[in-house]
Formats: sequence, structure tokens, C-alpha cells
Amino acid sequence: MLEIRWHSRAGQGAVTGAKGLADVVSTTGKHVQAFAFYGLAKRGAAMTAYNRVDDQEILNHEKYMNPDYVFVIDPALVYTTDVTINDKPETVYIITTHMSTEELIESQPKLQGKNVHTVDCIKIAQETIGRAIPNTPMLGAFMKVSGMYDIEFFKESMKRILAKLPPKIVDANMLAIQRAYDEVK
Amino acid sequence: MAEKMELRDIEVWDGNMAASQAMRQVQIDVVAAYPITPSTPIVENYGSFLANGYVDGEFVMVESEHAAMSGCIGASAAGGRVATATSSQGFALMVETLYQASGMRLPVILNVVNRALAAPLNVNGDHSDMYLGRDSGWIQFDAYNPQNAYDLNFIAFRVAEDHEVRLPAMVHQDGFLTSHTAQGVHTLDDDTAYSFVGDFKPMNDMLDLDHPVTHGVQTEEDWHFEHKARQHHDLMTKVFPRIQAAFDAFEKLTGRKYNIVETYNTDDADAVVVCMGTAVETAVEVSNELREEGKKVGVIGIRVIRPWPYDQLLDALKGIKAIGALDRSSPNGTFGMLYNELAGTVVNGDEKKVLTNYVYGLGGRDLLKSQLREIYAELLANAEAGKPTTPLQQLIGVRGPKISFH
Repeated sequence: MLEIRWHSRAGQGAVTGAKGLADVVSTTGKHVQAFAFYGLAKRGAAMTAYNRVDDQEILNHEKYMNPDYVFVIDPALVYTTDVTINDKPETVYIITTHMSTEELIESQPKLQGKNVHTVDCIKIAQETIGRAIPNTPMLGAFMKVSGMYDIEFFKESMKRILAKLPPKIVDANMLAIQRAYDEVK
Repeated sequence: MAEKMELRDIEVWDGNMAASQAMRQVQIDVVAAYPITPSTPIVENYGSFLANGYVDGEFVMVESEHAAMSGCIGASAAGGRVATATSSQGFALMVETLYQASGMRLPVILNVVNRALAAPLNVNGDHSDMYLGRDSGWIQFDAYNPQNAYDLNFIAFRVAEDHEVRLPAMVHQDGFLTSHTAQGVHTLDDDTAYSFVGDFKPMNDMLDLDHPVTHGVQTEEDWHFEHKARQHHDLMTKVFPRIQAAFDAFEKLTGRKYNIVETYNTDDADAVVVCMGTAVETAVEVSNELREEGKKVGVIGIRVIRPWPYDQLLDALKGIKAIGALDRSSPNGTFGMLYNELAGTVVNGDEKKVLTNYVYGLGGRDLLKSQLREIYAELLANAEAGKPTTPLQQLIGVRGPKISFH
């Protein structure tokens, strides 16, 4: 069982990202689950979304999770929420920030000794998509860090999932995914 | 003519999308709806299917849930296939009209995305609204995941519209835990799905002007009891055979097998939990893990809540020594509904069983696997002792000192 927890603000696309990832993974024959804690779902409020992936049918409906990966797609959440809650020694972090990994860990001591990767999904999204929607770049970074799928296969799959959007936006998302894949450290 | 939608064999859908796709595929004549969290996306998705040409029927936006069900009742009496969706406060507002629909023997389908009832206001999932509907004369199906929410809609239409049954049916799913959780759903293509339910066959329809009928009559002490007795009789005797036939046909079509009472790891089990919704699946996972440790524990899931599956449960509970009834609704002054129903089910049997009650998960509070392990440990102790070793009712997962009664 692979388990992922997303830290996001409502409106940044974590739920869409989690569902998009689940959709791609499902096409490879695995079982998936994607869900979120909405709370009062005010735009801008801190929220969490979740993915489970397994070879077996997923029966567990606990919201509680010891994640294998933690995605943080809003830089400030590293300071205003505990992104390390219920983690385990091998948990891998991918965090959106304009800082280097070392600067980030220095600014948030809770991340010391953890396996932390950084990428500026906000900047990438602004420069490619034109809006601060950091969900698809985070998935590009995840493909690099996890080696889960070949990036070309992943982009093709995401094209199908985003097909409802105008072609220009789909292309911009592909650029964003590729840039985050290339830039994650 | 409605456009057909190309679906992949497995779509990653949440429970809301699964329900709205099933509603699209059976081609409903009238949907009258008023959206409410967490069932809103069912109505939204359906509206979008209609706007994009995938639905031929009428979609009536009304000013309240009371009006939504009233519109459904009118349309159903007129002689069409009818459905809607709601949750929580909306369901509560619908209650008066629920009794009208069942008393008038109108096969309306209602997707209920289960949510807590205020006060305090809460949008998350528990079974309070589902329990509120249990004396309303409707058939109630319960889904444990998005796949079930999809499949049980087809079953519900087929059973409810059967001229031998002619009763409305609810398809329940857990708010957020199912309704907003995307999982793989095996789909049926549009033609296959429609054929399973078939064309709507009107009965006593008001638009059949050659055969005028009256709906919604007044009967006082002269005939009221006979109407209610006949409705109860039909619920008690005619519904299960039709549900079983629909389950059998569905299994033949899809390979997916449903049972009126679902049993997991119950052969030779000493202790079981009986529950509904997503809790069933989490409990199955825990019981699988405990089986590997050699503990004889299982799970019974209620698939059909009304009519209450008395015979099926007696059969499923054979040989089981300790039962934990898990209720996700505040009983507000008594035992939980499942405890009371199960007590009534086993009390006249030959076997002595220890029955205890757990209240969990109110307002969306997480049900943890670790809590289920503790419940199983207590139930196994009850089985061993042959009597309760804990208070009869316990609230689990609530802050502060342990709360228990009796």
C-alpha cells in the first residue's frame, strides 16, 4: 500500500490533483482511493487530501494515515500546520518553496533529519499556466522523486484527464509538469 | 434522443459521480432536486449531463427539498420514471413527503448521501438521516463504496418499479467517505445499463386519461389501517424475493454479487461486528488481519436496511457467540437502532448470544482500525465469558472520560 497526504489550501487544486493521480494509476491496473478533508471548505483554508494505491482492493476507509509521501503545495503551510504529523522514518516530503532545501529545513526545524525534496510549484504554475495552481507541477515532481512512471507516459495520461480544459491550458500544464520534473531537488 | 456516453471499463469516480452516472444511464423522465452538501454533485453532474444532451428527461429546480420530493411524487403519479438526491437537513425536510410517496405506492428513487443532523451544524457523514427514514415505508439499500453506489441504483430502479412491489427506494452512501472518495468503478455501457432496468411501465398513472384514478386520498378509521397493513405486508413479503432476483440477474450480467445481508469471515466465527456503510469495509480489513493472528472474527454488513432482513440475519448469525452492533447515529436516549433490531432478531432463537452496542463516527469522526481491534478484543472476551464483560453501550472515539451505559 502506497499512501500520500497532500497539504494545500482550498482552491489550489489538491483534490483535483489527488483524483488525477488516482485516475492515471488506475489505468495501470492498480486499485486507488483519492479523498480529502474539507472542513468548512472556505477558499484559502488549509486542507488535506489523500491518495491510497495498492495491488489489492482497498478496503480501508480510515482518514488516519501514516503517509509514504507528503506533498505540500502551499509554501506557508510548512509553518502554519504540522506537515510532519503521523509520519514515519521513511516518509518522503515534496515541498513547494522558493527556498533551497537547506534553507527550508533551517526555517522549519521539524523537517530536520527527514527526506525532503523542494520545488517551486507556485512559480512554475504562474510562469506556465498563468495562475498559482500548483497541483499538476507537484505531480511532475512526484514522478521524478518516486520514479513511479515514465514522465512521457504520465504527461500523456494527464492530457486525457485534463481534456475538458482549453488546449492552451492543457499544453501549459504539460510544460508545468515537465518543469517541476526537471527542477525538483 | 439522448447522446450515448463512452465510458472506460473502469472509471475513477467518487460515489456522487457513480450515482449520477447510473441516474443518467436509466434515463429518468423527471428529476426534481434541491442540492445540499454532500449530495450536491449528484444534482450538479446530472444537470451537466442534461445540458450536454445526455439526458432526455426533465430536470426541475425547486425551492426546497420538500418541493423536490413533492415534484417527484407528482411526476411519479403522472406516470414517469423519477428520482432525486438529498442529505441531512434536506432529507429531514423531505420526511413528510417520504411517507406520501410510499403510501401512494410511487416508485421514486432517492439517493441519500448520509450526513449528520444539526444541531450542531455538521456537513460530514454519519447515519442520522438514514435512520430517520427507517419507518417511512421505503426500501433502503446501503452502499459501502462508489461501486456499490453505482450498482445499487440499477437494483433500486428495477425492484421499486416492479409492479409487484411499487414502493419507493433509497440508495444510501456515506457522506464524503464514499460520496467524495474516488475509487475505481467498473462501468456498464449505456445500453446494457438501460436494458437491466428496462423501460418504465406505468401503473395507475394519472396521465392515462382512459382509466382515471385518484392518488393521495383521505381514509379515516374506515380504511386507513387496511392501506397501511397492505403496504407493510408487501414490504414484509414481496420485496426480498424481487431484490434477490435482481441481485441474481445483476451477478449474471456483471459478475458482481450482492446479498441482502453481506457476510465476511463469519464461518466458524466466535465474534462479529454488524455495521453499515464504509465501516463494513474497514472492519473487513481488520477482521482479515485478525484472522491471520488466528482470531475467529468476522463482519456482517446490512445491505438492505428496510425491509429488515430478519431471516437472513438469523442465518448469518448461526453459531456466533458475541455480536457488536455498531451504530453511527446518536440513539438519543436508548440503544442504537442496530442493537435494538438485532436484539429483536436473536431473542427468540435457540442460541445464547451476547449483544453489545457501540456508537461511533458521529459527524464524520474517523473510525480507526485500532478502535475496531479493541472492539473485537472485547467481543471475543464476551464470547469466551458467555456474558457481557463491558457496559452494554459504549461511545467510542469521543473526547474526555469514557462514556458508557448499562
